[in-house]
Amino acid sequence: MEARSYIGVPVRRVEDRRFVTGQGRYTDDIVLPGMLYAWIVRSPHAHARIRAIHTEKARQHPGVVAVFTGKDMLDDGVGSLPTGWQIGSDMKEPPHYALAVDKVRYVGDGVAVVIAETKAAARDAADLVEVDYEELPAVVDAAEALKEGAPLVHDEAPGNLCYVWELGDREATDRALATAHHITKLEFVNQRLIPNAIEPRSAIGHYDPGRDELTLYTSSQNPHLIRLLLSAFVLKVPEHKVRVISPDVGGGFGSKIFHYPEEVICAWSSRKLGRPVKWTAARSESFMSDAHGRDHITTAEMGFDRDGRIVGLRVRTIANLGAYLSTFAPGVPTWLYGTLLAGQYKTPHIHVEVKGVFTNTTPVDAYRGAGRPEATYVVERLVDLAAHEMGIDPAELRRRNFIQPDEFPYQTPVVLQYDSGNYEGALNKVLEMADYEKLRAEQKRAREEGRLIGIGLSCYIEACGLAPSKVAGAIGVRAGLYESAAIRVMPTGKVQVFTGTHSHGQGHETTFAQIVAHELGIPLEDVEVVHGDTAEIPFGMGTYGSRSLATGGSAIYRALEKIKAKARKIAAHKLEVAEEDLEFRNGQFIVKGTDRAIGFGDIALTAYVPHDYPDDLEPGLEENAFYDPANFTFPFGAHLSVVEVDPDTGKVKLLRYLAVDDVGRIINPMIVEGQIHGGVAQGVGQALLEGAVYDRSSGQLLTGSFLDYALPRADDLPSFEVGHQETPCPHNPLGAKGAGEAGTIAATACVVNAVIDALYHLGVRDLPMPLTPERVWRAMRGLPTDGAAS
Amino acid sequence: MIPQTFAYKKAHTIDEALALLRAHGDDAKLLAGGHSLIPLMKLRLSTPELLIDIGGIRELTEIREQDGRIELGALVTHRMIEFSTLLKQKCPVLPEAAALIGDPQVRNKGTIGGSLAHADPAADYPAVMLALDAEIEATGPDGSRTIAAREFFQGLFTTALRPDEMLTRVRVPAMPPRSGAAYLKFPNPASRYAVVGVAAFVKLAPDDTCAEVRIGITGAAPAAFRATRAEEQLVGRAIDDRTLTAALEDLVDPDDLLSDLAATAEYRAHLCHVLTRRALRQAAERAHS
Ligand SMILES: Cc1cc2nc3c(=O)[nH]c(=O)nc-3n(C[C@H](O)[C@H](O)[C@H](O)COP(=O)(O)OP(=O)(O)OC[C@H]3O[C@@H](n4cnc5c(N)ncnc54)[C@H](O)[C@@H]3O)c2cc1C
Repeated sequence: MEARSYIGVPVRRVEDRRFVTGQGRYTDDIVLPGMLYAWIVRSPHAHARIRAIHTEKARQHPGVVAVFTGKDMLDDGVGSLPTGWQIGSDMKEPPHYALAVDKVRYVGDGVAVVIAETKAAARDAADLVEVDYEELPAVVDAAEALKEGAPLVHDEAPGNLCYVWELGDREATDRALATAHHITKLEFVNQRLIPNAIEPRSAIGHYDPGRDELTLYTSSQNPHLIRLLLSAFVLKVPEHKVRVISPDVGGGFGSKIFHYPEEVICAWSSRKLGRPVKWTAARSESFMSDAHGRDHITTAEMGFDRDGRIVGLRVRTIANLGAYLSTFAPGVPTWLYGTLLAGQYKTPHIHVEVKGVFTNTTPVDAYRGAGRPEATYVVERLVDLAAHEMGIDPAELRRRNFIQPDEFPYQTPVVLQYDSGNYEGALNKVLEMADYEKLRAEQKRAREEGRLIGIGLSCYIEACGLAPSKVAGAIGVRAGLYESAAIRVMPTGKVQVFTGTHSHGQGHETTFAQIVAHELGIPLEDVEVVHGDTAEIPFGMGTYGSRSLATGGSAIYRALEKIKAKARKIAAHKLEVAEEDLEFRNGQFIVKGTDRAIGFGDIALTAYVPHDYPDDLEPGLEENAFYDPANFTFPFGAHLSVVEVDPDTGKVKLLRYLAVDDVGRIINPMIVEGQIHGGVAQGVGQALLEGAVYDRSSGQLLTGSFLDYALPRADDLPSFEVGHQETPCPHNPLGAKGAGEAGTIAATACVVNAVIDALYHLGVRDLPMPLTPERVWRAMRGLPTDGAAS
Repeated sequence: MIPQTFAYKKAHTIDEALALLRAHGDDAKLLAGGHSLIPLMKLRLSTPELLIDIGGIRELTEIREQDGRIELGALVTHRMIEFSTLLKQKCPVLPEAAALIGDPQVRNKGTIGGSLAHADPAADYPAVMLALDAEIEATGPDGSRTIAAREFFQGLFTTALRPDEMLTRVRVPAMPPRSGAAYLKFPNPASRYAVVGVAAFVKLAPDDTCAEVRIGITGAAPAAFRATRAEEQLVGRAIDDRTLTAALEDLVDPDDLLSDLAATAEYRAHLCHVLTRRALRQAAERAHS
């Protein structure tokens, strides 16, 4: 009998039963005896000195147990929230206290916390906290912040400059561009986005005075890192006395990787009060306090020779970091951005310079794709525009520049060494799926009828599977980026898998179980995946950067190898043969060439009831593994979109969206497709709908709710057409590369390229995102788009 | 988010509701579907001390035909309008507009009375009410009075209702022969309220020229309004490209229009043109068929 194969099979997600029946258990669902509720008093000003905070009235409000300010926490020795990524030796790292101490630096910056018996009482009393502010001029735009005389966000960072970072060869790039036959130049803003996970952030601090133990429940993608930062840097309490639990988490898109003030506030105040303290963000708090994404101002020039071959790329970016450095903020617009600027092309010379800048805005950090969508946008917009300018078909221009399959491993001029790829293969496949020639003909015909159809391409590359720890260290990450796994086989042969990654929608409970069931030849139902609790899991680096399968899955694979090695010893003993005489197939060790066999279940039982057992072998069947990847993984793909622009109103309709992605070996195609769908939706969102807007003078967040911040909805999107190409990753045991961010990385440039393609003949060569109807309408009429509403 | 503490009373009749309104004055608010009021309360932009729930006043939940008009009780929900066979036959533009409001949850709770009384500048019904020349019935301590739609919408969240009155009924005409109406909405990509919404009513004379034309525009200005200048230009003429271009030339003055994150006044003016032109054409086509 052939055991069921679980690799490459669209197994239904085991977690969905609980999610769709409302039985998911999120942080806010947890109610602990004696629990108190926190409400954060937030700054209504973008920039102000705190003269005084009067808390008496709030304290007297019925139900209020305590009111704390930043000074209370500072006096108690609570430290600043640290940054996990250092960019250069000169990076400015001003303190970031959980509650502001001297100044508030963005609208939403916490100034005090009211803790009460009920959430309603805490909310009411929050209005009674009187903060005496001395308002200061604010700056929200990163380019403005660099100008002389701009308001200073931190005294520690003169000129609001956090760092200047460069990568690549400046002189060689300048030379290449100086002699280029054609240069395509773009100046643009990659606008700020607000992540908007469906589950607002939530935290519960629960201090147990009897055991002197602190438990933090938090809606995080990264529980172990939170434990480390909280214990070692912020509260300065022993790490083994801190437990962090991230139960079900309802989406994150990066915004839940980071260590947030509210986690500190709940943990610290629970210690103070000896009772559990819960905080859950209201949606309007999410808008202003979840780390935002993107927000670059970029000038980029790409040079070409006479034949359309890229000769050089020069990029200058000003990255808005917000008011404080969020956990990974410095690395996102630098190492996760500049290193991807070669894209899929043989660009001989690249130079990028990035200025990280403080402003009076919500901190900016990784958001789905993190640096890589921004890089793809630079490269793919330039290539596409160049094709239009040089009168070459955009697909053809890309073909002339692709790195060829026989050129791998390929060393780019910006550090990375791509492991494998077939870029032209993916492009050809998507063109075929779309019937590109026919599309172009239809476009031509439509134009003659006065209809504006556009076709856009985006050929992206990403560096995922974060990350080789040595490389991480070399580029300033203050952590290793390996992953851990533990496999516990129980006496009955059932298996628990403990992973240091964290699922917040990606379906790890299914994908990881598939790997284990497949490798051990046992039913999927016999495998339980456990994540999100530092007390259960050896260690972990969390989930982001499309790393969970490539890195966390590989750790599971390594632990499985150890399990199988030990099981083989037990089997050899039981069957009285040498280990080499056994083969493991379909969940059984079989003596080669015979029908003598022992099943995995019997081996598990023997391991725990070792009556008849090898002398030199420990009982039990449980193994750990840490996996540190040898390289990043490099998923890639080619996407194609078709849009129609309403010539009367400027409204863009996305007619078709096709994606061919190569995410390496696929464990569950349905889950991969789901990831691509979600990613594309978010990428389309950035292109057409989303954008955080701050008032330039007051620093107020104008897009502070769903009334004004447009997320893509089902009816904004066509049914996606998804194809795959599978080039296994050569350096990890699963051959997997990662699929979580691909869609977002590709889609934004893809859709913008399509819209420009529809309008280029009208003299429109670029448009600011999001491509709102008004902006498109203005551009079609030759009116300036900066006067447009966003 | 959590609203400020408030008291709650349920009124079972119009009189009960009015009595409570009279007794509590400005401190009280009527609660219908709650889909405008409660979001404001959660943000503490509205902080009534008492909510008078009128949701239980049965007599205001009906749609019926009377004297060539369709009468809708104030508590008729968007969903009831969307699915009303009577309206689909006699005044289909209203169900069409209702179907464009929010999402099914919103339409199941929100009421026509609440929407009109709230007078959100971007709400959909006001345009339709204007184009249909609807009558709005207000009931106060001294009984009921009828307010014409064009008198009703007075400004941003401001109507002709007096503080001691409630909106009780709305009356729209059954569509006369050789008439047609259409409502077109350019939704805000975020909120899906109208950036601009245009309702047009056209009644054709035997020679296919316009005998009657009404254009109601919402979303564009602080209050929904009738485009009377354009209406006058169209009466006596047939709806064709040339007539439309001439008649809509000064349809709106951008100086009167809203500018916000979704659209500048200039763009709103342009959208008014595009949608009015399309809505008039559609209404005229319907009048023909
Ligand atoms: C997510 C969402 C999307 C929406 N999208 C749209 C949209 O696209 N288009 C649109 O037009 N609307 C939209 N709405 C608003 C919706 O139509 C509301 O239902 C409507 O505006 C108010 O009706 P209500 O019955 O809910 O009134 P309530 O919220 O209960 O009341 C609104 C106001 O009117 C007063 N009031 C209520 N009834 C009466 C009465 N009979 N007499 C006097 N005063 C009264 C109340 O005191 C209150 O001040 C949306 C709402 C939401 C939440």
